[in-house]
Amino acid sequence: MAVCIAVIAKENYPLYIRSVPSQNELKFHYTVHTSLDVVEEKVSAVGKSLADQRELYLGLLYPTEDYKVYGYVTNSKVKFVIVVDSSNTSLRDNEIRSMFRKLHNSFTDVMCNPFYNPGDPILSKAFNGIVSGMMVQTS
Amino acid sequence: MADESLFEFLHMEIVSHIFNEQQSGKGEMDNKDRAACISLLEAMGFRVGQGLIERLTRDTPTFKDELDIMKFICKDFWTKVFRRQVDNLRTNHQGTYVLQDNKFALLTQFSAGKQYLDQAPKYLAFSCGVVRGALSNLGLESVVTAEVSVMPSCKCRWNTNT
Repeated sequence: MAVCIAVIAKENYPLYIRSVPSQNELKFHYTVHTSLDVVEEKVSAVGKSLADQRELYLGLLYPTEDYKVYGYVTNSKVKFVIVVDSSNTSLRDNEIRSMFRKLHNSFTDVMCNPFYNPGDPILSKAFNGIVSGMMVQTS
Repeated sequence: MADESLFEFLHMEIVSHIFNEQQSGKGEMDNKDRAACISLLEAMGFRVGQGLIERLTRDTPTFKDELDIMKFICKDFWTKVFRRQVDNLRTNHQGTYVLQDNKFALLTQFSAGKQYLDQAPKYLAFSCGVVRGALSNLGLESVVTAEVSVMPSCKCRWNTNT
């Protein structure tokens, strides 16, 4: 269960960012912003090691004392960032990968919607629904 | 892809609708109007290309460099969109690529030679837009043009140095 989910466009501005409302949202925005540097580093490093299978999933970007941040880059250079609570240790790599896959599928549907202009903030209800399903449920 | 004829008919109707709309205002069309229609068609293709790439590259690994992207466009992308393999691809290694398809899917119904050659560019504008949208969503800004000398063969040229 994620605490914050963000979709960042190719030009590095957020298309969609949503966090659990009970806490200070600005902190999450800042965390996502700083994680972009790590994403850039991973993406440029992949180009140099030719033997690697170039994957879209980037894995754990960096852990802070309370949270772990995971990243994923699509072929159109749109980045997805998921922040999860560190105390929730039961989340395995596979589950994070499947969360990213669902996000990517939902994002592809948004992209193919003729009423959506690429570069606009994502307002789709369907996308919102998928993200709500992945966030921590707050009472 | 769904049944081919559905898209071919739709495409033919889109082209004739746009040209009729432009013409209904005045008696005949001059070059400026013609250019406006062609850019409208190309812009439609651009948006379609962007969406298509998002869907088609969902499971492919990241592209290492420009050559990888070109290989993808000429093999997977062209096959999925136009249901044919590209016959010839040439490059000058400085950003210009020329792709040749000898039986372009949208031109096969026209003629098998030189008849109706002057009408062909209208029907190529959308496909040029699709290629330009695909390249743009993969990170390469380009200018795409197409030329026809003998139907149904067409040459598509793009330059990624812009």
